[in-house]
Amino acid sequence: MVIEETRRKRLDRGIKVRTESLYALSTWREMAYMILPRLTLILGLFILPLVLSMYWQRVLCSAGIYALLALGFDFLAEYVGLVCLGGALFIGSGGYISGILNAYLDWPPMLTIPIATLGGSVISTLILLPCLRLRGIYFAIVSFMLPLLAVYIIIALNVFGGTEGISALDTFPNIWVEQYIILGAVIFSLFAIRRLVNKDIGLIFRGIMDNDQAVKASGINITSYKTKAVFIASIIGCFGGAYLSHLYSWLGISLFAMDFSIVPIAASVMGGMGTLVGPVVGAFILTPMSEALRGFGQLRVVLYCLILIGFIVYKPEGLMNYLQRKYHQFEYWERV
Amino acid sequence: MDIHILIYGTVNSVIFALIAVGFTLVYGVSRLPNFAHGALYVLVGFLTWSFIHDLKMNYPVAIILSLIISAFLGAIIYRLVLIRLRGMATSEIIASFAVSLIILEGLRMQGIGGFKGFIGPFYILPPFIEGKMRILGVLIDFQRLIIIGGGLAVVSLLWLFTHHTRIGLSLRGIAQDERAALMLGIDSDRAAVIALSIGSALAGLAAVIILPLGNVTAEAGYRVLIYALAVCIIGGLGSWAGTVLASFVLGFAMIVSTALFGAVWESVVLVGAIILILILRPSGLLGKQKELEERV
Repeated sequence: MVIEETRRKRLDRGIKVRTESLYALSTWREMAYMILPRLTLILGLFILPLVLSMYWQRVLCSAGIYALLALGFDFLAEYVGLVCLGGALFIGSGGYISGILNAYLDWPPMLTIPIATLGGSVISTLILLPCLRLRGIYFAIVSFMLPLLAVYIIIALNVFGGTEGISALDTFPNIWVEQYIILGAVIFSLFAIRRLVNKDIGLIFRGIMDNDQAVKASGINITSYKTKAVFIASIIGCFGGAYLSHLYSWLGISLFAMDFSIVPIAASVMGGMGTLVGPVVGAFILTPMSEALRGFGQLRVVLYCLILIGFIVYKPEGLMNYLQRKYHQFEYWERV
Repeated sequence: MDIHILIYGTVNSVIFALIAVGFTLVYGVSRLPNFAHGALYVLVGFLTWSFIHDLKMNYPVAIILSLIISAFLGAIIYRLVLIRLRGMATSEIIASFAVSLIILEGLRMQGIGGFKGFIGPFYILPPFIEGKMRILGVLIDFQRLIIIGGGLAVVSLLWLFTHHTRIGLSLRGIAQDERAALMLGIDSDRAAVIALSIGSALAGLAAVIILPLGNVTAEAGYRVLIYALAVCIIGGLGSWAGTVLASFVLGFAMIVSTALFGAVWESVVLVGAIILILILRPSGLLGKQKELEERV
């Protein structure tokens, strides 16, 4: 007599070999286990513009900018150990450079955006350089102060359009170009950073975060690596800023607004710090939510901060760490 | 002109010292960067204003009540939020920054439950004593003299408190060596609660002394926080003498630059001073003993 027996089997059993990050894939089914989540994200982002209405397409564009900033924040905070409270600095420097080149010299966006991305990140890295020699909270403090001081300086000296800013910059040809530029940038930088942190340079970055004295004792110049990390993060942020000034065809002191500093942080904490994909997903959840609350004015910021404190105190791992764990623990019944 | 710069520079310096002293206390004792400092400053201003105008309270009673509320808020922030995040520097910074934004943007929030939001230039606290007087030929109002007196009183009382009372000595113990202090029976969490409430009350005290010079706005919260952070970076984080010295350096630098080039250069001087200090003396003017620790 044959007794039918079943047992529960974990989905990743046999795929994961001893460690978290090594996989042995032999069938299409196992390949799908690895590829499906990534493909869902990429295809999902590329299909979104096709199903959204005109208004929400614009929201998608600004969500992409916040996603870029959140990615940079997460990379700096969880892989290098630098807490950047001033994402607005990157947006502001990128946006102002591309806007000024476009308004004063009449260069087209296809030229100003790359120049502003590089120029803006060089400038913001240089401004942040003095506090990179120190550890502790100096980087957080200085990066928090700089965007606010930049606003005071622009108003006081009345340069670059002063309080009113400069309007009527060139825009992109149509809304499809706008959306796919930013979505492409988000996906490209997400996977680029994921590769980067698993290479040797990423190992050094994490070493600096965990024990900088040990890294220094190995004969590695910490400051130069921190500078490289800040430069990478500011390239991502400045691209967002340069894109933003052409998206709204306007530049002004609100490029240094607090929103660009706090939303990426809230998105990272909510999405799961250290996963890199979590902050991106968090930004695509938080931005539409804040758009829906636009009528309530400052309530939006208060709400972000409540979400932020709620997650950081009660669910510090965030959404994506939780989902990833659950996905790997998924079980099915198997006949023995 | 020189006397003018001397007197107004002193007033400006004492304002900086008053603003920064609470932040230094909290950071020095418990290594918590209290980003809600500026928010508490503004909150006390608005609370005092509301107590006087809506509840028709007596001015001194309103001030004392709002200072007590501010001290309680500091303790609540630590008990509810920061206590769960001790030792995780990233989370501490983010959480206290979020608390600060909740308070500041909450004050500007409109239309919820009939709340009109504190927006506009109508929120003015009256000076303690009206009138002006001449010192060495320079016209100065009594409120500015009160600021100088109040600043000196706060700094000297804090010095007495931290050097000659039991609680103050335990706070210094925690600041110098947390483990040794714990072994001697000093409760680190209790010390942090005390430090945060005193720090918040000091932010409030600075607000009620300084705010009668102008009007109360929510945006001032960011500016006050920036001033406090700038003074602490230039003086050396957590160093007492450094804080006082740096407030005088910054206060006079700003007054002199205003007199020479005009008021628009204030922010430029501030940024320049911070960057210069970080390049030349990374741990601040008097942050000597921490040089090895802070500089990598």
